[in-house]
Amino acid sequence: MLSKKEKELIAEICGKLTPVAEDIGSDALLRMFATFPGTKTYFSHLDISPRSPHLLSHGKKIVLAIAEGAKDISQLAVSLGPLQTFHAYQLRIVPTNFKILSHCMLVTIACHMGDDFTPVAHAAMDKYLSAFAAVLAEKYR
Amino acid sequence: MVEWTDFERATIQGIFDKMEYEVVGPAALCRCLVVYPWTQRYFGNFGNLYNAAAILANPLVAKHGTTILHGLDRALKNMDNIKATYAELSVLHSEKLHVDPDNFKLLSDCLTIVVAAKMGADFTPDVQAAFQKFLSVVVSALGRQYH
Repeated sequence: MLSKKEKELIAEICGKLTPVAEDIGSDALLRMFATFPGTKTYFSHLDISPRSPHLLSHGKKIVLAIAEGAKDISQLAVSLGPLQTFHAYQLRIVPTNFKILSHCMLVTIACHMGDDFTPVAHAAMDKYLSAFAAVLAEKYR
Repeated sequence: MVEWTDFERATIQGIFDKMEYEVVGPAALCRCLVVYPWTQRYFGNFGNLYNAAAILANPLVAKHGTTILHGLDRALKNMDNIKATYAELSVLHSEKLHVDPDNFKLLSDCLTIVVAAKMGADFTPDVQAAFQKFLSVVVSALGRQYH
């Protein structure tokens, strides 16, 4: 359940992330690969070394999708429809990994925003990312 | 037994050497109580935890946060035997405090984020990996004596 205040906080943070989507996204992915090496198994077809074009473009895609969803959170099931299908039938990423990436995104945001990433802002983003991940996994079974 | 590389030992020691315990400890516990409100169940006698502002201003929370962080010093001094080091604390959390061990991971995630916010770009992916490895060993040791 997201309050009006929380939605505002989420929109504000996503607004700050969008212009640097490439940096945020690739940073989160690199953190994930370093801390949870099992996640690298999904990227054997890409070059995931730091600042590689694949990593930057992939990171950007992910952050922009998250920011886009934040514009109308009540419509996530609709706006994520195609991505739901993609993750369920093509990518088939074990959904526990969504939690891992969400955590690494929160760490990246903390590094980026420092003390401005207050506990209340952190709670709001964590709730949003959990909701996003849950919707993304809806077509799995 | 857990294997630590020289990089990991140096990194973890370095983070704690620079740590302001009275700032980071309270910040991590406060964050946990705000982001995961169900963790407040263990702090019924801490007084006002009604909202984020109250939690952040609560002196009992601040004191306890500092205590918890200093508890990590034991692991730091005994990195090659963290499991044995925390055996007693594990029994305490299980038998006396009745804390669900899943909550240890939540607190360690909040601590990671507080340290990340303080260190900014210095909290690189490799530094994060080392720090999280350390915390996951501590979390595992704390849950070890539950039965």
